[in-house]
Amino acid sequence: MRLMTSIVLVALVAACSTKPTQPTLYERLGEQDGITTIVDNLLYELGGNDTLLPFFAKTDIGRFREKLIEQLCQVSDGPCEYTGDSMAQVHAGMGLNDSHFNALVTDLVAAMDEADVATGAQNDLLSRLVPMYDEVMNPDAYLEPGTASQAP
Amino acid sequence: MVNRYLNRALLAGAVLSMLALAPAWAGSKILATSAATQIEGAAGGGLVPWAVIGGYGSEGEWGGAASLTRVGLPDFQLGTAAVHAGVNNRVEFSFAQQTLQVDNLASVLGSPLDGVIEQHVYGAKARLWGDLIYEPWPQISLGAQHKVNLNPAAGTVLGANSDSGTDWYLSASKLYLHALFERNVLLNGTFRYTDANETGFLGFGAEGESDPQFMVEASAGLFLNANWALGVEYRQKPDRLNLGESDWRDAFVAWFPSKRVTVVGAYTDLGKVALWDDQTGWYLSVQINN
Repeated sequence: MRLMTSIVLVALVAACSTKPTQPTLYERLGEQDGITTIVDNLLYELGGNDTLLPFFAKTDIGRFREKLIEQLCQVSDGPCEYTGDSMAQVHAGMGLNDSHFNALVTDLVAAMDEADVATGAQNDLLSRLVPMYDEVMNPDAYLEPGTASQAP
Repeated sequence: MVNRYLNRALLAGAVLSMLALAPAWAGSKILATSAATQIEGAAGGGLVPWAVIGGYGSEGEWGGAASLTRVGLPDFQLGTAAVHAGVNNRVEFSFAQQTLQVDNLASVLGSPLDGVIEQHVYGAKARLWGDLIYEPWPQISLGAQHKVNLNPAAGTVLGANSDSGTDWYLSASKLYLHALFERNVLLNGTFRYTDANETGFLGFGAEGESDPQFMVEASAGLFLNANWALGVEYRQKPDRLNLGESDWRDAFVAWFPSKRVTVVGAYTDLGKVALWDDQTGWYLSVQINN
């Protein structure tokens, strides 16, 4: 009986310790390759978006791509650190309104669809990005005077 | 009566085809966040108006919708042809022509009453503050629905004291991302200040009791993905005519194949309507957006 109990206990402990850990969002997005695909898809979407394209007229697309990959990697609990400017600095002076924000979200969803990201992972990423809304839309409230990035 | 239905079908058909043939332009709102149309014409679920401003127009844009809705019940057919437009995601204007066809009204009341009760609903709604998705707090809107009952005889016979009235409502709506089973969840609560009997089909107010009352309405929806949602609604109703007027409820499936089309199917339980018990049946609404 005692032996039986020990075996059951050992089995239980083993079962607990080998239980697979929940994959991070970073892993569910396909890690670095998956995030790169999402960002490239997004750039393709933006290229066809007459509402948003003008905002990128002076943007260094290579840098934008690199920083966005970094940011999505960090936001999704990946092994990266976002080294770009703050959301307030990046969006200062653009005069963005909700139609622009909605258009970007729509393009991001299309980019994730194209990359076959599952609905749950899409929702997870969106829920982590949406808290940036206020800083993107009201950058002046987050900036000390004169700190806006001059060359985004 | 045939002419009336023909006229309505022609009007709705004309509006739907105008919208369908309009240039391929769509507002910027996220798919499905225009909501559907509730039975009185406002943007909402099937029974309950939401704080959402109708149409896909975001800030600096406008959007409109035209819809036909049919509720088939054992003793009634409820039909609504409605249009609404939202401007700047700030204000919404709506119009609905509703008909409640009563299969055996004249035989029950024994009077020369029309078998169809028609009602017009003129609606307006303004978003006071908040955003459905992006801000931590719900979107709050204030709305009004002015209703004119064109066939008030039935309501008068049963004790109503007016053939028109205005409902006021305050709604709070919020879409919670990644909230349940990793899915997005929409919650809505509405307080309505009303003196309508059976939403106005049986007139407004009652002899000796004409002060409006506050009613509670609620909706909950789960988005399976970007295109499909399941949900339930509840609408409390007063009982001024002492007929045992029931609260209404439904369970719905909403389909958003594109920003152009919205389809809602539901199972509705309208309980006791006037003299008829157990009015449960199917609800179908087809909506075209510009």
